[in-house]
Amino acid sequence: MLRQRKGPAFWLLTFFFCLFVLFLYGPTITIVILSFQGPAGGLTFPMRGLSMHWFGNLFEKQMVGDFAGSFQRSIALGLATMVVTVLASFAAGLAFRSRFRGSTVIFYLAIASLIVPSILISLGIGLLFRVLGLDTAWYSSAFGAHLTWTLPFGLLIMFAVFNRFDRRFEEAARDLGATPWQTVRHVIVPILLPSLIGVGLFGFTLSYDEFARSLYTAGTFNTLPLEIYGMTTNVTTPVLYALGTVTTGLSFLAIALALVSAIILRRRRERLGSDAGKAA
Amino acid sequence: MKRTYSWVTYLQVAPLSLVFLLFLVVPIVTIVVVSFFDYSTTRIIPAFLLQNYEELLLSPVTWRTYLQTLEFAVITWGLTLLIGFTIAYYLAFHVRSPTWQTVLFLVCTIPFWTSNVIRMISWIPFLGRNGLMNSALLHLGLIREPLEFLLFSNFSVVLAYVHLYTLFMVVPIFNSMVRIDRSLLEAARDGGASGWQTLWNVILPLCKPGIAIGSIFVVTIVMGDFVTVRLMSGGQTASVGLMMMNAMSLLQYPAAAANAVVLLILVLLTVAAMMRLVDIRKEL
Repeated sequence: MLRQRKGPAFWLLTFFFCLFVLFLYGPTITIVILSFQGPAGGLTFPMRGLSMHWFGNLFEKQMVGDFAGSFQRSIALGLATMVVTVLASFAAGLAFRSRFRGSTVIFYLAIASLIVPSILISLGIGLLFRVLGLDTAWYSSAFGAHLTWTLPFGLLIMFAVFNRFDRRFEEAARDLGATPWQTVRHVIVPILLPSLIGVGLFGFTLSYDEFARSLYTAGTFNTLPLEIYGMTTNVTTPVLYALGTVTTGLSFLAIALALVSAIILRRRRERLGSDAGKAA
Repeated sequence: MKRTYSWVTYLQVAPLSLVFLLFLVVPIVTIVVVSFFDYSTTRIIPAFLLQNYEELLLSPVTWRTYLQTLEFAVITWGLTLLIGFTIAYYLAFHVRSPTWQTVLFLVCTIPFWTSNVIRMISWIPFLGRNGLMNSALLHLGLIREPLEFLLFSNFSVVLAYVHLYTLFMVVPIFNSMVRIDRSLLEAARDGGASGWQTLWNVILPLCKPGIAIGSIFVVTIVMGDFVTVRLMSGGQTASVGLMMMNAMSLLQYPAAAANAVVLLILVLLTVAAMMRLVDIRKEL
């Protein structure tokens, strides 16, 4: 161990870490509090009473923009991105365990997809659709744009996951006469399930919050981040904060779901850890 | 894998490759092609002109904007590296119980999963003219008038960058640190190295890959950013991304495309320089 006793360095770093956490969460907590402003309240403190007024305002029809519609679109897009990200990166992860012709090219494409600034992807897809005379829409062009962001992450996570995967499980399955499909279905997928869930939620939240890649690809109907961005320039009431509170709450819900399912899976695995000798 | 199964391999990478081909390669090629096109106020006209590049590169505004963007990138890189390294170091070497390590690591990563736009606007009640910061400083008698530079300035832009992207440094650096063999640190101490010497001569060199990966993320994101600059500078500062956005809103697609090509070249050169330091594929 590096340090036997907790010296001054430890306490100094702990203090720094606490400051950093405060820096990360402070602003969000502030707007959560401010979203409960009374009807007469403004964008800053002091609080003028406590109310749910602005949340009610959020779901009313006369509000600026189309919150409900954009919210539904973002959820649908996020779910679709999630499913494709899990399936495509898992499949590619399987393929990348052996070297094949073109693997380097695909690997570098994935890296390029991460480092090419989002606005260039957005602009490129927007231009492409314009040149082809197609209409951009959240379910076509924006879907593709989001996948260029989630797939590289998914692939890199699968690399890391497969590097730690014990191939003897697979060999054992094969020796016992499992077909390749059975091996995937009954051996690999169950073992990697927590990681696959992780990749899925990763994909969902990345897509749900994506702004730049949706900008020129979403077409007529906005996704939620575009709607929020539009609101920041038009809306000067705490309804903006109410929206922030709701979307942040939703993101937290997704994270909580991921964590809880990871914990449950781990518990289950510990309980059912080894079934050697238990077979009938 | 057996040869006979090679078609399976290609089937497995097909969806991923198809997405990259259709939504990465083809769009980038489109940008490059369109950057040579001519345009009128209403439409784009296929042509092969260098005019878009001439207009772009001969304008002092372009150079000023690129310099401004690079300045943001360098400052943000420095700050996120310093903060990210310190946080990762704390988590990896000072937090000993693995459970606490996971919990604190999660505490750092959770904000990353929430909306960036919302995280930016949440600075408004904090930094505004009547915001918490100014009220606190006025109350303490440290200033007599509210500070104007806190919000809608270059200061708030950099603050938002650091707020949003430090995580991109923390994660890869932490990842490098937890892999360092602890016996190396003991060896350094037995050899008489002080804490600083261990940090500088043992830990830092071994974290180079993590630092490089984090730097690539932060620098490329800041170089292509326009949302943060737009929201946090209140329209007072330019960035390359914003410049493109303006051209797009004026329907000057070829001009925006030419700018995109220049930015892309700049980003790729920067990344290539950083990649020399690290073999990413080995790091997974």
